[in-house]
Amino acid sequence: MKRFMAVVLVLVCVFLFAAQSASAQGKLEIFSWWAGDEGPALQALIDRYSTLYPTIGVVNSTVTGGSGVNARAVLKTRMLGGDPPDSFQVHAGQELIGTWVVAKRMEDLAPLFKSEGWTAKFPAGLVALLSSKGGIWSVPVNIHRSNVLWYLPAKLKEWGVTAPKTWDEFLSTCAALRAKGLQSPLVVGESWTYQHLWESVALGVLGPDDWSALWSGKLKFNDPKAVKVWETFGKVLSYANADASGLSWQQATDRLVKGDAAFNIMGDWAAGYMVTTLKLKPNADFGWAASPGTAGVFMMLSDSFGIPLGVKNHDAAVKWIKLLASKEGQDIFNPLKGSIAARLDSDMTKYNAYSQSAAKDWQSGKIVGSLVHGAVAPESFNSQFGTVMDIFLNGMNAKAAANAAQAIADQVGLGK
Amino acid sequence: MKRATWKSGIGGFLVLLPSLALLAVFVYWFIAKTVYSSLTDWGRDPAQALALKPVLRFIGLDNYRELFTGLIDGRFRQDMVSTLFFTFFFILGCLSLGLVLAILVDRKPRGEGLFRSIFLFPFSLSFVVTGTIWRWLLQPKGGINRLPTLVGLPPGDFAWLTSRQQVWRFDWSLLPLFFALLLALLFAFLALSALRAGRRRGAGIAAVSALLLGLWALGPGRSLKLLDFPELHGFNLAFIGILVAAIWQMAGYTMALYLAGLRGIPEELREAALVDGATEWQIHTRIILPLLAPVTLSAMIILGHISLKIFDLVFAMAGPDNGSTDVPALLMFITTFRGNQFAKGAAIGVILLVLVAVIILPYLRSQLRREELS
Repeated sequence: MKRFMAVVLVLVCVFLFAAQSASAQGKLEIFSWWAGDEGPALQALIDRYSTLYPTIGVVNSTVTGGSGVNARAVLKTRMLGGDPPDSFQVHAGQELIGTWVVAKRMEDLAPLFKSEGWTAKFPAGLVALLSSKGGIWSVPVNIHRSNVLWYLPAKLKEWGVTAPKTWDEFLSTCAALRAKGLQSPLVVGESWTYQHLWESVALGVLGPDDWSALWSGKLKFNDPKAVKVWETFGKVLSYANADASGLSWQQATDRLVKGDAAFNIMGDWAAGYMVTTLKLKPNADFGWAASPGTAGVFMMLSDSFGIPLGVKNHDAAVKWIKLLASKEGQDIFNPLKGSIAARLDSDMTKYNAYSQSAAKDWQSGKIVGSLVHGAVAPESFNSQFGTVMDIFLNGMNAKAAANAAQAIADQVGLGK
Repeated sequence: MKRATWKSGIGGFLVLLPSLALLAVFVYWFIAKTVYSSLTDWGRDPAQALALKPVLRFIGLDNYRELFTGLIDGRFRQDMVSTLFFTFFFILGCLSLGLVLAILVDRKPRGEGLFRSIFLFPFSLSFVVTGTIWRWLLQPKGGINRLPTLVGLPPGDFAWLTSRQQVWRFDWSLLPLFFALLLALLFAFLALSALRAGRRRGAGIAAVSALLLGLWALGPGRSLKLLDFPELHGFNLAFIGILVAAIWQMAGYTMALYLAGLRGIPEELREAALVDGATEWQIHTRIILPLLAPVTLSAMIILGHISLKIFDLVFAMAGPDNGSTDVPALLMFITTFRGNQFAKGAAIGVILLVLVAVIILPYLRSQLRREELS
């Protein structure tokens, strides 16, 4: 009798195991750098996906590091090792095209765009950035703006200054603040945030047409107009905090909120951080403006997802892409992230005051791409731009930095 | 009898075979592939860099030429200079601190075992943990800079890891000049010692080499231009923070080595010296230190090879994007995995390999020869 019960017990366990593995049919692995403060938005999307497709288990592989600086290295080892994730986050534009599309590693999503009618739902300028050689290579989930100046209206009132509208006004405002005892009116963080600041200065000094000309190869980096960018950048940096390399971008925003600094130039993920994590209210607690000199220009970057060739769970990946491009998916993700939807028909009532103002600018402003966040230049240029920044920071020599930037542009064949 | 030894020979070989196979593939075959990759153009053409089957062209030593004399690779050259400075100070710091600690512990104070464990403990941490702790301590607005406030002094204002100051600057094109002068001095010293030992031919050769190198250095060597423009390199003060963390970690290990060495010196030697009227200082400098020379040499080799390849400590302390604390291993990681320049990254790796081999191989050879002789 005992032996019989033991056999029955073993059979029941085996049956349960088999039943469980039979019901957990599918798997989907997504790879991103949305961890930490940007995690809740991604989790909301994953929860929605799991509700729609309960039999597919989602594996959320993330690698922390702002702007994907570490995630990209991990992704490369996986792709080169023949173990691609089913879908991975990548900045829309040259970061994807210049690295993976030219190497013929990505699946063309143009048929999907056609069958779902997405080409009409996204702005034409954005679709042009996503396309190369007749194919469309990723689906944009969100739009972030790079050229935003953040400040606390209450503190500015207290110091008796207003948000500057040009870089010259910025320099004189900072001088006034320093006279009032604020040692570092501008707060910057670690190295990529320096480059982020640089591209706002460049856009303000050059204007949108010359900015785009830099990346198509029509304007050289050592042209006097472009050298002026570095000179202005040096003057702006003289008002920044000296211990910048030790701070993450969130810690720089914390300094602004605490009142140790007056201005911070950061993308609008800072709004997501201030609203969701620091629990501040847009307009009441924090304010924003376009970076000095860039009013009416929207410097965009977009996080997008693509499907590599040869993935294991292709159907699950396509379902993920469809969720991301849908109105429902974008309106779940973007309010939590602090970005705006890439789609033109999103439900604006779900978004906070900052995002509504940004969406208005997105629809009416002139759109250019960001350098630091992979829209206008390939990785081979981006990864060496840090060297140019170092050359400049070590000697504050505008001409040397401009020459180095042009040498790198020649080496990687920028604009060809 | 013969059959038995032959059989045990085969048996021994078979036991070693798996390890030999693994070493051959995962060490030597990969080294060969890296050297080959460094001689190609993998990474220059984005269409081939990450393709499934990249088409590579053989370009010889062009990657190396670019690293040492190309316009945009100034970062690599600064990294080499930084590594040399870091190695020198790291070895000096660890040896001195280790020796002092070993001599103190050797006097057998009360709680000797406890002190030994405390000094040795940092060695058991991984570099990442050490790096993270010291990064917090060395934040310019916190940690170490706040210590003076405990005794009422103003807080320290050294920027530690975020410092951009550089001292002892020299132009890169002067480097071959420096090396030639250094070698000339070395040969002159060898010539003198050979003369003192009575080896006239050796002395003659060394003297002539010294003379030739000196003349070249002061004559044609001065007009040798490696780059089209002067490029200054020097010692980045940001490395002081990294040196503090690294010496903190490895001084205990050096102390353990020296302690073993000290325990191996017979008491009779010390007693004889005391009887002869030597002071404590003379005992240490004339008797104990020379007898510790083999330990010093081993410690230098091990510390040198750690510091030449250091990566995780610098990554944890300063991140991969801090130009002032960049080291070649970090640059190799960034060049290869962020910039997709696989061939150039391989070239940096090969240069690191050669640097470490230059230290380790002569040492290994002298050790093996000593074993054979004994």
